[in-house]
Amino acid sequence: MIKDYFIFSVKNLRNRKLRSWLTMIGIIIGITAVVSLISMGQGLKTAISLQFGDLGTDKLAVQASGGFGPPGTAVVNPLTKDNLEEVKKVSGVKIAAGRLIKPGKIEQDDHATFSYVASMPDREARKLIHEAQNLEAESGRLLKDGDKGKVVLGSNLGKKDAGLGKQVVVGSKIIIEGKEFEVVGILKKLGSFILDNVVFMNEDDLRDVMDVPDKDYDVIVIQVQQNADVAAVQQRVEKVMRNERGVKEGEEDFTVQTPQAILGQVTSTLFAVQLFVYIIAGISIIVGGIGIMNTMFTSVLERTKEIGIMKSIGARNSSVFSLFFIESGLIGSIGGIIGAVFGVLMALGLAFIGKSLLGTDLIRAEISPWLVLGSVLGSFILGSLFGILPAIKAAKLNPVDALRYAK
Amino acid sequence: MMKDTIIKLDNVWKIYQMGEVKVEALRGLSLEIRKGEFVAIMGPSGSGKSTAVNMIGCLDVPTKGHIYLDQHDISKLSESDLAQIRGRKIGFIFQQFNLLNTLTALENVALPMLFQNTDREKRLETAKKLLEMVELGDRMQHKPNELSGGQQQRVAIARSLSNNPEVVLADEPTGNLDSKTGEIVIRFLEKLNKEGKTIIMVSHDANVARHAQRIEHLKDGRVVKRG
Repeated sequence: MIKDYFIFSVKNLRNRKLRSWLTMIGIIIGITAVVSLISMGQGLKTAISLQFGDLGTDKLAVQASGGFGPPGTAVVNPLTKDNLEEVKKVSGVKIAAGRLIKPGKIEQDDHATFSYVASMPDREARKLIHEAQNLEAESGRLLKDGDKGKVVLGSNLGKKDAGLGKQVVVGSKIIIEGKEFEVVGILKKLGSFILDNVVFMNEDDLRDVMDVPDKDYDVIVIQVQQNADVAAVQQRVEKVMRNERGVKEGEEDFTVQTPQAILGQVTSTLFAVQLFVYIIAGISIIVGGIGIMNTMFTSVLERTKEIGIMKSIGARNSSVFSLFFIESGLIGSIGGIIGAVFGVLMALGLAFIGKSLLGTDLIRAEISPWLVLGSVLGSFILGSLFGILPAIKAAKLNPVDALRYAK
Repeated sequence: MMKDTIIKLDNVWKIYQMGEVKVEALRGLSLEIRKGEFVAIMGPSGSGKSTAVNMIGCLDVPTKGHIYLDQHDISKLSESDLAQIRGRKIGFIFQQFNLLNTLTALENVALPMLFQNTDREKRLETAKKLLEMVELGDRMQHKPNELSGGQQQRVAIARSLSNNPEVVLADEPTGNLDSKTGEIVIRFLEKLNKEGKTIIMVSHDANVARHAQRIEHLKDGRVVKRG
């Protein structure tokens, strides 16, 4: 019997095509927003995890604080070589390396692009970075101590479509901030937005090219000794840094964090953004639901006579209720299905545009089947919920009055 | 009450409260209809005809008095119980035809059976037979707005029979039809009556009412003349 009521409801919806579609648009927009935004949010989360993922738990990063952002921007009081020397002496610190990361212009022939240029420290510290970031050469080699005028490029910069005219290969000459460098190696793809687009050069070269004062650093990377308590080392480093920079506890102008902590920070910021987005999407879904209710009330009014006829030929209150209830549930679920399809397409489309136009892996879509199923089910429930009141109104109509009702 | 009485109205009052004013639509109406009868109810507008039809058709319950359908008092039943009873025992034919415009003739005729939870196959089979009986076998897939008034009323007749009710209640069945088409409709009702159905027909047209075996004249909410 439910199947027959279902067919009957579909007929009624088709009979009011324009209005059914208009009502559905509300739900479609809401679900499209939810599905695409959540997919993109999940994608962003994964992308960010990848940026940090290669760093182990035995590493610490010291940064001058001035708000979270790409290292080297918006920093008031930069880290110094003296800071680095003191940190090296802290017990439990195996290796400490200072690094510089600066945005820079890269040119070849008449083509230019912008990316990050990162310094490589010497000796053990170089090994630490190589290991920590999993750096391996796809072609050519990695940088060595004493390399001057040589650079290693992230995998994206070695691609045909890197925006540098002809493909950059080992042996190519490229201009960085106006100075010529020889490419000695291209890195394997790492899946990290920064590392796949980075230019590595030795520290002296970078200071020279970017005109960085001799004593400044953007980040101090620390590898903790095996078996040492990372948290204790972190506290000792903080204490040394406070002394060194002359600040009191609680007024630090620097941070000492594990990659996990940084990731946690980013994730919680991201969560706040996601929450905001979900609230907006949620509101649009509720507005869509109210749209369904409005349409159903209009429909009940319009079909008052029809309801009277159905009651006069034996429809019980529950039958009339079912008919209207199924109808609003249908509007909800059809809207939900269309919205989910649009949402998936939109997420994939944006990810594709992000990848092909901006060359970034940060914009990516991660579509979970549960998200799609959940949103379709959710919109069915929503449609049904907002259909309850109109359906009750329809069911309760007095047959005599309803029959007499004239449009 | 006689043994073959199918419907009995016993001193039925219907009072509507319209703001401050009480409107007495029925004032002690008593009426008895036996199985297999063809009864016409006549009266001027405002005589309580429509209210009486609503009572007989189980669409409404009286303010005072009793209504018996098949010896059962239905005057205190709930709306849903009434719906069940009228779906099974009473077939309605209206002046305005009252077909659902979204459905085809076949679906319209099958609809009352849906509300009685009849299988789809049985519904369609019965509906087909009924449409053939009213000579609309070639119009089954047409929607009401693709049919003439007379054809629509014949669909309505077929629909009124779909649950094989004991009583067919026709409220001004020829009111919206020209006299020739009206004649055809009346002939169908007579045919049904001959096959054993109880027909109750409301009309203000003496020409139509004369087809009935018995006429009840209503005025001011009660029967003023029997004949």
